[in-house]
Amino acid sequence: MGLIEAIILAVLAASTPLLLAATGELVTERSGVLNLGVEGMMIVGAACGFGGAWLSGSVIIGALCGIVAGVLMSLIFALMTLGLAVNQVATGLALTILGIGLSGLIGSRFVGEKISLAPHLYIPGLTDIPLIGRILFGEDAFVYLSLALVAGVWFFLYKTRAGLILRAAGDNHASAHALGYSVLRIRMFAVMFGGACAGLAGAYLPLAYTPFFIPGMTAGRGWIALALVVFASWLPGRLVIGAYLFGAVTILQLHAQGWGVGIPSQLMSALPYLATVIVLVLISRARTGGSTAPAALGTVFVPDR
Amino acid sequence: MLDSTPAEPPTGAAPLLRTVGLTKRYGSFLANEAIDIDVWPTQIHALLGENGAGKSTLVKAIYGLIQPSEGEMHWQGEKMVLSGPSQARSRGIGMVFQHFSLFDNLTVAENVALGLDGKESFKDMSARLEQVSRVYGLPLDPKREVWQLSVGERQRIEIVRTLMQNPKFLILDEPTAVLTPQEADQLFVVLNRLKAEGRAILYISHKLEEVKRLCDTATILRGGRKVSTCNPKAETAASLARMMVGGEIKEVRAPANRRTTIPRLVVNDLSLEPDDPHSVRLRNISFELKGGEILGIAGVAGNGQDELFAALSGERLAQDPSTIVIDGHAAGHLSITQRRKLGAAFVPEERLGHGTVPRMKLSENALLTGHAASGMVLHGFVNTAVTLKTVDRATETFDVRKAKRDPEAASLSGGNLQKFIVGREILRNPMVLVVSQPTWGVDAGAAAVIRQALLDLAAGGAALLVTSQDLDELAEITDRIAVMFHGHLSEPLPTADASREKLGLLMGGSTLGQKEAAHAAGA
Repeated sequence: MGLIEAIILAVLAASTPLLLAATGELVTERSGVLNLGVEGMMIVGAACGFGGAWLSGSVIIGALCGIVAGVLMSLIFALMTLGLAVNQVATGLALTILGIGLSGLIGSRFVGEKISLAPHLYIPGLTDIPLIGRILFGEDAFVYLSLALVAGVWFFLYKTRAGLILRAAGDNHASAHALGYSVLRIRMFAVMFGGACAGLAGAYLPLAYTPFFIPGMTAGRGWIALALVVFASWLPGRLVIGAYLFGAVTILQLHAQGWGVGIPSQLMSALPYLATVIVLVLISRARTGGSTAPAALGTVFVPDR
Repeated sequence: MLDSTPAEPPTGAAPLLRTVGLTKRYGSFLANEAIDIDVWPTQIHALLGENGAGKSTLVKAIYGLIQPSEGEMHWQGEKMVLSGPSQARSRGIGMVFQHFSLFDNLTVAENVALGLDGKESFKDMSARLEQVSRVYGLPLDPKREVWQLSVGERQRIEIVRTLMQNPKFLILDEPTAVLTPQEADQLFVVLNRLKAEGRAILYISHKLEEVKRLCDTATILRGGRKVSTCNPKAETAASLARMMVGGEIKEVRAPANRRTTIPRLVVNDLSLEPDDPHSVRLRNISFELKGGEILGIAGVAGNGQDELFAALSGERLAQDPSTIVIDGHAAGHLSITQRRKLGAAFVPEERLGHGTVPRMKLSENALLTGHAASGMVLHGFVNTAVTLKTVDRATETFDVRKAKRDPEAASLSGGNLQKFIVGREILRNPMVLVVSQPTWGVDAGAAAVIRQALLDLAAGGAALLVTSQDLDELAEITDRIAVMFHGHLSEPLPTADASREKLGLLMGGSTLGQKEAAHAAGA
């Protein structure tokens, strides 16, 4: 296995949780809700995902546990911001803090345990093709799932009536309400979808990336996923590019450390986060034509009766 | 009160829509109280009333957006209970909203699709959209995104969307408030045609001349109650206004001895790039405004009026200081506070959030524009005695009605808050006052007070720049009127020569044969 091939495989693995979480958040934000609790939903997903897999011995059950945990977390958020019209930013931040604490509690009995990672695809012949075989036909199921998810979300948003209604709720909730759509219900489903994706993204880490659970193992990936949505200007296609770009930065800094580049390792580890900041600055400076953010993003909606 | 008989209903059994004792209560507040109206097919029925009279509440109930607290609605003689707008639509009730229910970042076709119930494919819907817009002479490009369209085009989307449901009953909420006179005339052609097709139209407006011209019946609401149903063609605009207000409106009178003095506000070739994709570029704006003079700026909303206000007030700075001259001082580079120190004052269009901080007390809001002068701040400390006195003086001089001495800005009604804001600035004795939409959404009584105050200020030697959508208001108080179109300001016309037709043409982008064609061509 060549070095390039190894790097690409590592990049795909590092990018997948970012792509999963960001896809969910993109749908949430397109409905007009800013859920800053992605990191918290992910870490709870990681703890529950590992716990489910360790107790049952099944990666699939682990993944389902992660999804359910993410949805439950997002329902807390939905109750607060949609039901009680609490500020979304404050609630999202609180959700992250809650998630970090909760995951430590749930995961404490699993620390030090080990499971076998999700199997990788193997198609005789295809997977054995030199260079591209392992990359295209030798990944774990999550990698393919994440790509299918992005394609599905694109189709949903732009080709279905439900997707149109969701975008409408994110663009102008007062108009959507005036036309008779239930803005709060639409947003609740979008928030739940975001929670499911974040939970799955969190579960990916112990199920397919490293075969154990440690507290805080999401290490800021939830925040990068949030930045990715902005980076992609709320377009699903660009999300794939962004996620793989950020995955690449993460992996390259590891390799650069290995090659002994004369930069402190702490600074190298900070590179993905630094890249996030730089990209966000560049995007906000470059944006001139057409508005891209959902116009109602982050605003509380209370229908009058 | 004179009560002329409404137009004879067409022969036939029951009215299309009848409300019986319709009441809507919000807490202890009665937004609608026992309202009975009958709307017949082939009639345009006007709903008149001041802001807060309950017109919007009534039509929201008819469209199923809110549920009445008491009373009944009958549709073609049968009792009707609506749990939502889609039920109203399925019966054939359509509504064109005042603040358009459109989605800026979606295309025209997507916007129309959202207003329908989704039973046909998007492709069939698009085809029908083109057909309906052609048949009624309401041209639309289905693929454009709404934010790129003019206000008139946006309204066309709303109307076409409603017509695609083939409604028996249409509700239009102040449809001409944002249109040029010519665009309004085109709308009336469409409405008369819809009427001839046998549909009923409920038409909300407070433009009385327009109602007299267009409508067969008028129901007047005041304070949530029905005052009268009459034939508007048999009434005068003044008699309709009396019924709306419930009394005489004080006439605004221009002080006789008004004299123009030196130039107080001069704008030289001001151009400004837009700072976000939805705003307008200002192009080579020039005018001179003398003390004692009121210049009006007309134009359809969104043609650069907000951007001009931002440039004049100092919310956005000009590249070249000499493009804006306040009382002889180049001021294009000065901040809003420095401009206030030169004797300028500014009243923005938006009362809550721009003109005042909603959750702050009036005295604190007085401080926010008065801190640079008038002794409100002493060694960095706020002198509350002075700020409170400002509130009291504004209250007394401009008849601001409020529940206590110093309430939060948000607790005042629109008209009273506007009187306070205008009063706050006028009490600073400005030499230049830039005011945007001084009486927008304000009841007739408060509007008269504000217009009188503006005239009196000009009589005292100040220069006033008044931006308004309301041509009648501009005709009443200004000396000259210029029109904004696509960020370009026309040559001012003396108000006496500025007919509705001329202004309407300018508002639609025509140049009356002046040589601005070169600039406008770039628009």
